Amino acid sequence: MIGALIIVPALAGALCFGLRSTRARRELLVATAAAHTALTVAAWRGSPEPTLYDWLALDDLGRLFLGITSLLFLVAAVYAVGYLAREKVRAAGDPGEDFLFRNIPEAAFTGCLLLFLSAMTLVITSRHLGLLWAGVEATTLASAPLIFFHRHQRSLEATWKYLVLCSLGIAVALLGSFFLSVALRETSTSSSLVLDDLLRRAPGADVPWLRAAFICLLVGYGTKMGLAPLHNWLPDAHSEAPSVVSALLSGALLNCAFLAILRVLQVCEAAGQGGFARDLLLGFGLFSMATAAVFLVRQPDFKRLLAYSSVEHMGILAVGVGLGGLGSYGALLHAVSHSLTKGMLFLVAGNIMSAYQTKAAAGVRGLLRGLPASGILWTAGFFAIAGSPPFGTFLSELTIVRAALGLGRPLVAVAMLLLLGVIFAGMSRTMLAMAHGEAPTKHPAEPFLAVAPPVVLAVLVLLLGLYIPPPLEATLRLAARALGVPS
Amino acid sequence: MNSWIDAVLVLITLTSLVLLGASRLGTSIRMVALQGVLLSPLPLLLAGPSGFGPRAAMLAVATVLIKGLGFPWLMARAVRGGSQRREMDPRVGYNASLLAGVLLMVVAFLLSSRLPLPPGEGTPLVLPVALFNILAGMFVIASRRQAITQVLGYLVMENGIYVFGVGIASHQPLLVELGILLDVFAAVFVMGIVIFHMGRELDHTDTDRLTLLNDWQKEKE
Repeated sequence: MIGALIIVPALAGALCFGLRSTRARRELLVATAAAHTALTVAAWRGSPEPTLYDWLALDDLGRLFLGITSLLFLVAAVYAVGYLAREKVRAAGDPGEDFLFRNIPEAAFTGCLLLFLSAMTLVITSRHLGLLWAGVEATTLASAPLIFFHRHQRSLEATWKYLVLCSLGIAVALLGSFFLSVALRETSTSSSLVLDDLLRRAPGADVPWLRAAFICLLVGYGTKMGLAPLHNWLPDAHSEAPSVVSALLSGALLNCAFLAILRVLQVCEAAGQGGFARDLLLGFGLFSMATAAVFLVRQPDFKRLLAYSSVEHMGILAVGVGLGGLGSYGALLHAVSHSLTKGMLFLVAGNIMSAYQTKAAAGVRGLLRGLPASGILWTAGFFAIAGSPPFGTFLSELTIVRAALGLGRPLVAVAMLLLLGVIFAGMSRTMLAMAHGEAPTKHPAEPFLAVAPPVVLAVLVLLLGLYIPPPLEATLRLAARALGVPS
Repeated sequence: MNSWIDAVLVLITLTSLVLLGASRLGTSIRMVALQGVLLSPLPLLLAGPSGFGPRAAMLAVATVLIKGLGFPWLMARAVRGGSQRREMDPRVGYNASLLAGVLLMVVAFLLSSRLPLPPGEGTPLVLPVALFNILAGMFVIASRRQAITQVLGYLVMENGIYVFGVGIASHQPLLVELGILLDVFAAVFVMGIVIFHMGRELDHTDTDRLTLLNDWQKEKE
């Protein structure tokens, strides 16, 4: 079953490059996304057998992240169908306009979307750190053409930065993986990178090599995850990519990189070096939140605003895991609620961009009147992303702050609350100003396919704040326990 | 056997140094090609008598094909296809780069003295040579403006990691090593496409002039 999760989207993606009919391609995209979700649901209900010499398996952590990725991709695929249809009309109708013109062929776009899903699934299910590395690199390559979609000079620049910085980061992660295999070698002639082997051998680890390995892996995958100061590619790529791609980058890809770091953390924990690893994560997390706060205040571009908000939330995840115990639980819950919220916000941002034709927050006024559906979603999204009740993000941020207080780290709690306050104020200025005021022009009613997907995500985030379903709760607890408890 | 390994490792270091001081793109590409060919016997030499089998042989062949022929071919194509200047215009001069290379080598030796290797693993030169290549590659990426030279820096860095992977963390399954090789190849391929588009759309591949996306400038406006 795990094999099918990876192979189905890969084959469908390859098929997309060859299909000539636009309609068939779009149907294939949605059908594959639905099939992937169905397989994921089946994997949640039963426990699928490991395959490929046990290199591919699904544990509780993997199940959690697979669920998020699959759900978000399904929603994004439905949205993408409407988006591509609108792009096509615009490209045909406005040959002289520079904005949103000369897109890459739709076949390549849909194909890369599906390959991207396949690569992310590989990262999530991989138990072999070398294979995991290959998967992360594959996500970079599959998503680079997606960022390049508009073929504009700016998207070219964003794609180049993304490719170079992420490849560089991931190269460092590869070195870290090799360091890890040296740190945990069994005898002088055998070394393995299978996670279960590593965990078993961890107590006899060679400490200097293990620490060097963790630093390399944290820096490497941290680049991909967007932890400051390694986040430079992130605002550019997220703001230049089409909104549906930004939603996937932020909601699914960053989580995959986070999962890669969690795998290494598991090994460090088993080797008795958990404290060292967690302190590093805590430092990177708080620094990311602070960096994001600086750039979020007075940010003139609303897509960059959302991108920096992702840096902030990745920081929160790192802080939560850095605290450990209840903090890990909070971080995993936060990963779920952040993905849903940010996915929703990016999709709404896409609707706003197509109505107002600008990414400047100053150029958007009167959303609630001009685009009622998107306006309400945007306002609700702001409260959700800023962590206000009754949304799921509030619950998870509260859990992390409580964990900090409970574990005798009051300074971390204070720093977090302070930064969250600054970010709330900074984002509210920009995002709420866009919602209120007079709409400059009358916009036509928004199409169903542009509104329904974000509504689904918004409802889920709201529900998550009020009620966590028992299967999710159980998975979250087991996954948090797999990350170890702080001594 | 060890003297052969050391000779190869020293030659690899020399190619990196030449690359640091090279002013022409053609020379740089040839150095990366030479480095790729030099890397290829390492899986055979380092495998020891037990690992000397089809696995090591396949890896050696794949290395020659991808690192020795594939990459240089892609890079040479990108140079011919695009309209970039052949002469390079680095942020750090060539002599200064060479000096930096020597410093990086000192750093690499210092670092490797901090990480003691288990006895009987490779030769003592593997770790410093790997680290030196990684650092030199990073230095090239940071100090050159041309997109294509940055890709060459990335390749030098990858070669350093390859030396380490084959030399010390060996005995990985073939599938993983081939996967890594293929991934790197695909990465360079995609970068080549982007360079091609840069050349066509912007008439230059100077990454210093890619400055449209920036937080600080917007605030000044």
